[in-house]
Amino acid sequence: MKRFCSLLIAALLIAALLPAPEARAADQVINVYNWGQYISDGTDDYIDVNAAFEEETGIHVNYMTFDSNESLYTKLKTGGSVYDVIVPSDYMVGRMIDEGMLLPLNFDNIPNFEYVDDEFKYMQHDPENLYSIPYTGGTVGVIYNSLYVDEEDIGSWDLLWNPKYAGKILMFDNPRDAFAIPQAMLGYSLNTTDEDELRASAYKLIEQKPLVQAYVMDQIYDKLEREEAWIAPYYVGDYIQMHWENEDLAFYYPEEGFNRFVDCMCIPTCATNKEGAEAYINFLLRPDVCGENMDWVGYTAPETAAREYLSLDEDEMALAYPPEEITSRGQAFAHLGAETTQLMDSLWLEVKTEGDVDYVPIIGIAVTAALVGGYLLWRGQRTRRRKASRCRKWKTA
Amino acid sequence: MESKRLASPYLVWMAIFTVVPLGIVVWYAFTDSTGAFTLGNISRMGTYWPIFLKSIWLAILSSFICLLIGYPVAYTIAGASPKGQRLLYMLVMLPMCMSFLLRTLAWVALLDDTGIINNLIRSLGLKPLPLIRNDAAVVLGMVYNYLPYMIMPLYTVLLKIDRRLTEAAEDLGCRPGEVFTRVTLPLSVPGIISGFTMVFVPAVSTFYISQKMGSSGTTLIGDVIESQFKAAYNPNLGAALSLALMVLVLACVAIMNRFSDGEEVATI
Repeated sequence: MKRFCSLLIAALLIAALLPAPEARAADQVINVYNWGQYISDGTDDYIDVNAAFEEETGIHVNYMTFDSNESLYTKLKTGGSVYDVIVPSDYMVGRMIDEGMLLPLNFDNIPNFEYVDDEFKYMQHDPENLYSIPYTGGTVGVIYNSLYVDEEDIGSWDLLWNPKYAGKILMFDNPRDAFAIPQAMLGYSLNTTDEDELRASAYKLIEQKPLVQAYVMDQIYDKLEREEAWIAPYYVGDYIQMHWENEDLAFYYPEEGFNRFVDCMCIPTCATNKEGAEAYINFLLRPDVCGENMDWVGYTAPETAAREYLSLDEDEMALAYPPEEITSRGQAFAHLGAETTQLMDSLWLEVKTEGDVDYVPIIGIAVTAALVGGYLLWRGQRTRRRKASRCRKWKTA
Repeated sequence: MESKRLASPYLVWMAIFTVVPLGIVVWYAFTDSTGAFTLGNISRMGTYWPIFLKSIWLAILSSFICLLIGYPVAYTIAGASPKGQRLLYMLVMLPMCMSFLLRTLAWVALLDDTGIINNLIRSLGLKPLPLIRNDAAVVLGMVYNYLPYMIMPLYTVLLKIDRRLTEAAEDLGCRPGEVFTRVTLPLSVPGIISGFTMVFVPAVSTFYISQKMGSSGTTLIGDVIESQFKAAYNPNLGAALSLALMVLVLACVAIMNRFSDGEEVATI
């Protein structure tokens, strides 16, 4: 009986780990993996895109979010998870195509692709436009709090290295976006593969480190809105959202140049419902859905037809759809190849772990070790002495 | 024999979820991204010694502070009436019912430059204090989160100390202070050691607290390991770091256990 019980418990423990039978076995499900704060979800009476899609198609959407291209890549590489639609940025699309991680799309299922503007088709990361469909476009710039930051200090990336604002500066927590800033400042290409240039950029980031409050991604929203931090480089669409929450926030395009990006909808090889995923992509491309979605998200809609559904004000439109003289200063990221990506990853780790040698832990541990060792030695001797005296007593007795 | 059979589900559990993953960690630590054998990951450990030292130091400091705070608490609880014991024990356990992440975020909300405490200070017309993003804040976070792990084993051990032993010491002329230092404290050493271990091990490998409450310079070894698995996709280096950390933790635990070895056992 006991044996049976123990076997039963073991079986139950294992069963608990197996996936529960899908509650909606009859219905279709797709798993969508997108950036945080990157889809209109019904807040403030804006459209709830996923609910609208479920209602129209009956396909249930499992919506999950990530906070950087690198964590998306790692999640897919590690395996074990199923995603049907993912939204990597341009350079990551290039890398994923390179490594065979994406499925070619069936454009017969995505007729709304015709609305996409020509400048967003056949882009350098996917020259034949087989694997990716643009979701949004945008630029990187500096967000600052006009209450605390002097107007004369703004204009360049230098602001992020200004010791006047030490402890109030935030920085990207992913290597590609972080390296692009010193690269622009030092006049390098944002796609440089030169080791010396990358090392010089890393050195500049190490120089900046004592001024940085934190390396963060989505937490930038909260920290800037609450004025815990005053300066951060981030994506323009997110600035538009933050500006709704805190009117004192302002934005500028650094004069040295900046990254201009396109985030794309793709289907990874781990997808189990490719047709559902294509239906979802097609739905997001529908001009009314795209327009109402971008209205909340604050990024550039990749289709002109969607613009009539926008209700952004004039300033916001100027940021989401910047004029030619600004876009021409932006530079797109390209996939740098495995070797450079690896170098950048290890340089980034150096940046994150670099610091002056701190003597407090060394002294602290040395003192602790001396105390512990001293005590153990003293106790050992005491025990020996006691034993010896006991022996003596026993002998004399 | 019977007891062995009862343990079998746990042994199976251990084998699948502890021994096998450990083997995988070792495997990753000694291979490169192509799966070929390499010592490259292990040889890179040298670069990270300041981070290892810092992690160990902050963990020792937190464990020690936990002990200083936790011992009187455990002593008080053990000395209370049964009803009082239940209530006090529950109060100690209560914060643990809430998510660890939430508790840490609550501290962030309290200590931030624009947080509750500093807003209060500012409303009194005083200069705000730099409460967060330093090592002290990280230690505070660790102490707060891991304190119950210190109190619980101490309480259990103190509760089991035979009253007759302390009474005997009193009868034989010990002053109250001496009863404590010569009887109670030595008898509670096993509790101190297990409490120390239970605080030290999670503290030395923590990553969330240091990210939320530390500065950009407070990168602990747990942060580096997390970044290798979460963003950099270098599980080999991550596994090597975990392995090195595991060896260090085992060494620390072995040293701590020496305290209880040779301690003379007091029984009646």
